[in-house]
Amino acid sequence: MNAAEAKQHYLKQAPALGPEWTAPVRRQALERFAALGFPTTHDEDWKYTSVEPLVRIPLAPGLGHDDGVECRVVDLGLEEVASNRLVVVDGRFSHRLARLRDLPKGVAAMSLAEAMRERRDLVEPHWARYADYRNQSFAALNTALAEDGVFLHVPSGATLPPIQLLFISTAADGPTVSHPRALIVLERGSQATVIETYLGMKDDVYWTNGVTEIVLDDNAVFDGYKLQMESERGFHIATQQARLGRDAVLTSHAFALGAELARNDVNAAFAGEGGDCTLNGLYVTAGFQHVDNHTRIDHERPRCTSRELYKGIMGGKSRGVFNGKIYVHEHAEKTDARQTNRNLLLSEEAWVDTKPQLEIYNNDVKCSHGSTIGQLDEDAVYFLRSRGLDIRAAIGLLTQGFANDITGRVKPAPLAELLEGRLAEKIDAMAQEKERW
Amino acid sequence: MLVIKNLHANVDGREILRGIDLTVDPGEVHAIMGPNGSGKSTLAHILAGREGYEVTEGQVLYQGKDLLKMSPEERAREGIFLAFQYPLEIPGVNTTYFLKAALNAVRKHRGQPELDAMDFLTLVKEKTKLVEMDQSLLNRPINEGFSGGEKKRNEIFQMALLDPKLAILDETDSGLDIDALRVVAGGVNALRSPERAMILITHYQRLLNYIVPDFVHVLSEGRIVKSGDKRLALELEEKGYGWVEG
Repeated sequence: MNAAEAKQHYLKQAPALGPEWTAPVRRQALERFAALGFPTTHDEDWKYTSVEPLVRIPLAPGLGHDDGVECRVVDLGLEEVASNRLVVVDGRFSHRLARLRDLPKGVAAMSLAEAMRERRDLVEPHWARYADYRNQSFAALNTALAEDGVFLHVPSGATLPPIQLLFISTAADGPTVSHPRALIVLERGSQATVIETYLGMKDDVYWTNGVTEIVLDDNAVFDGYKLQMESERGFHIATQQARLGRDAVLTSHAFALGAELARNDVNAAFAGEGGDCTLNGLYVTAGFQHVDNHTRIDHERPRCTSRELYKGIMGGKSRGVFNGKIYVHEHAEKTDARQTNRNLLLSEEAWVDTKPQLEIYNNDVKCSHGSTIGQLDEDAVYFLRSRGLDIRAAIGLLTQGFANDITGRVKPAPLAELLEGRLAEKIDAMAQEKERW
Repeated sequence: MLVIKNLHANVDGREILRGIDLTVDPGEVHAIMGPNGSGKSTLAHILAGREGYEVTEGQVLYQGKDLLKMSPEERAREGIFLAFQYPLEIPGVNTTYFLKAALNAVRKHRGQPELDAMDFLTLVKEKTKLVEMDQSLLNRPINEGFSGGEKKRNEIFQMALLDPKLAILDETDSGLDIDALRVVAGGVNALRSPERAMILITHYQRLLNYIVPDFVHVLSEGRIVKSGDKRLALELEEKGYGWVEG
């Protein structure tokens, strides 16, 4: 297929879904997708990432059979990451696999499709109001086609203990596509820890096109983790859009380990004064993987703080992209924003494009940004070898050391442990490759 | 234990070592002294296996084996230890984790069982005492935020932990105040044994007041121009390097 054929292919998949009140937005989103089509590398936002491999293959919605999913979850050590979990298979909510152990009273943790029908009062004020389906093709496609997903609602003052949202693609009968969606709403002064995990049943071709909207009312505190561990033949495109109320605190950690082609947009906007936003990211690519990270922080109100640290490790012939924008609006005085991107190249054929951007329309601000691209320090490798470690172990230790100031910030202990294990495994394979080379 | 025969070596095409001959036997402590640029540190790093040196002539035998054919990690596992003149700071790499990995790599090679966390900590406790090192430093990344003295203590502590057969101390005295020097030297002296050989590389005689060598060699322009016992160091201190260079 070419891009135009692919567009028609997806337009035809549009189902008439959900309650009537969602129809106008869905229709509009579909129209926008029809108008926008798939982005090309001529689009500034897609300059370094071609979606050509993705449009080439006709993908059909998966069947959402959840047989075997539990085994997969256990195999990958995801079972005990959090006491609560919700599972979405091929974009469909699985009631059978949901496990809610210590949900505080008044918290809603449920299927998004169900919430749209039964809790319209909670969903309608927020659904599809933040992720930009008017200008972003993939958000438009998700908004039009998303069958289901997850809805979390934490009432004022409540604390939601860690909950894992698992998004699984089965690709049971050939390449599939799913458009999982999550809507997370934290009312005034509430708190939540949410771990989003994206994975496949096996090493297959499929495409996950996700959208997550996070709404933090005044003084809400959100601690979010995204673990992208898709199949290394899979495609992953996702947007996380957060809106922070007055004095709200958002911390987001994005870990990109999987997928052949991944694009992750993480956006946050301050809609109230005094908010605090931290975006951390770690992308680790090997072989022919391509991972593109886009972030945007909109300082729309005064006295907000943002801190951003993204780190990349690229080996083999893989490619990483970092494009981070901090946008300080006219009335956002006393903005304090800092953005850093650091990259480590483990092979001569690996590549990274880094583009930190500041746009500032107020004079009374404190902003800084910077990016670096480097290689392993040969003297450090020599030092470690002189103490008895072989090259592979030395490279592994130094590379993990590079990642440590991101992984070290993961608060839930079981998640930190899981992540360290996955990362060590991947980095060791990369170190082994480098040693041979 | 170590036999260096007519060793010539280049760095970036420039000849730094021009025919070194040196034999070190177990239990001996050799001091190699010399002015800046005489090739002292080059010799130390060639023995430890750093890349970037071209050996053009001569050979080095360690326990009867061709040392120059061995990788740095093989040398370490076979018992060679180099205490660095400028210990690196390595952010993100936890010191304890690194030491445990290094020790177990060495132990495995020597046919000893790997140490578990408990035994390792007991050993660490014992060895940190030797150089009066604050154990909490080990929870930090390698040398990060360490003072000059703490970095040097950390080197000697690593030496104690890895229990080498041949220890090479490259300018361990540089940057140390007199108290730190006394502590570090005390640690080194405690590690002297009939099985272990040591090579002390130093610019100044000062260190040799605390660690008394069996032999002193003077290196000048890539050659050993004079050898003797500890009295040679005192004579050098008095007359300066000009005395041997001429």
